[in-house]
Amino acid sequence: MKGMLLITALLLAPVAALADSNLPPAHYAYVQLPDPKQEAAAKALMAELRCLVCQGQSIADSDAELAGDMRALVRERIARGETPKQIRAWLIQRYGDYVTYDPPFDAATAPLWIAPLVLLGAGIWLARRSFKRRRKAA
Amino acid sequence: MKRWLLWVPLVLFVAATAVAIYALRQPQDRLIRSRMVGQPLPAFDLPALVPGKPGLSSRDFTTGKPKLLNVMASWCVPCIAEAPQLMRLRQAGVEVDAIAIRDTPEDAQTFLTRNGDPYLRMGSDTKSAVQLALGSSGVPETFVVDGHGKIVGQHIGDIHDDDVEALLAALARAR
Repeated sequence: MKGMLLITALLLAPVAALADSNLPPAHYAYVQLPDPKQEAAAKALMAELRCLVCQGQSIADSDAELAGDMRALVRERIARGETPKQIRAWLIQRYGDYVTYDPPFDAATAPLWIAPLVLLGAGIWLARRSFKRRRKAA
Repeated sequence: MKRWLLWVPLVLFVAATAVAIYALRQPQDRLIRSRMVGQPLPAFDLPALVPGKPGLSSRDFTTGKPKLLNVMASWCVPCIAEAPQLMRLRQAGVEVDAIAIRDTPEDAQTFLTRNGDPYLRMGSDTKSAVQLALGSSGVPETFVVDGHGKIVGQHIGDIHDDDVEALLAALARAR
């Protein structure tokens, strides 16, 4: 019986695997800005910034404490009058393009944008050639 | 049409598959390195957290002597693991300062009493603001700062036994 009680107590004990601080979240981590226009701008930016501890999520999606602190940073800076572009640039300066889900056009990302155009062009060229030949044959 | 042209799509496909297989077999690297390495320390001024230990500002790093800036927290488990290594660095004469992330005075004091206290100064960063300004993405991380306030190195994760030599070397290079 004593053993059962101990096991029950252990099962009910909170799991300590996730290390979190004892401080409450930053004010603007879960509170919207009073100005709806500013809040919309902040929301749009937060959806495009990567959570640095959860890596597959945006900071808008994540409950990690660092993501909360990043949301607070975005909202505070928007409220201060900074543009989303400036805030994104500030973060890229620190974490590289990895931090944004909307990476800039540069040598590394150029193939992603250009390849579809090249493939489309090649497809049109191929199609035109084969249609021409068929017409000649007919 | 030339016959060999027919093989071009297949060759391209095989090449793309080969690249994908090669890339997938590479060990995954999830570390996010700070782009602030090589840059001057961002300006900050953090209040003290525990009694008897002064807070930390970016001006404390322009003393002419290279230092370690340890980004830590009492709630961080690997920070306990690296504590003995930080003590060894301190005993070797290295100046170590701390930025405590989202910490309370009681928790920080308990942490220092339990795991040893290698820090000359400790600033309290309750909103991870300075951590974000540093380009740090977790705890613990340790920055090597030269005597003129320039960040010259970053160690991500806890400091292992065999990282101590490398950090001492980085500090010597920063001199």
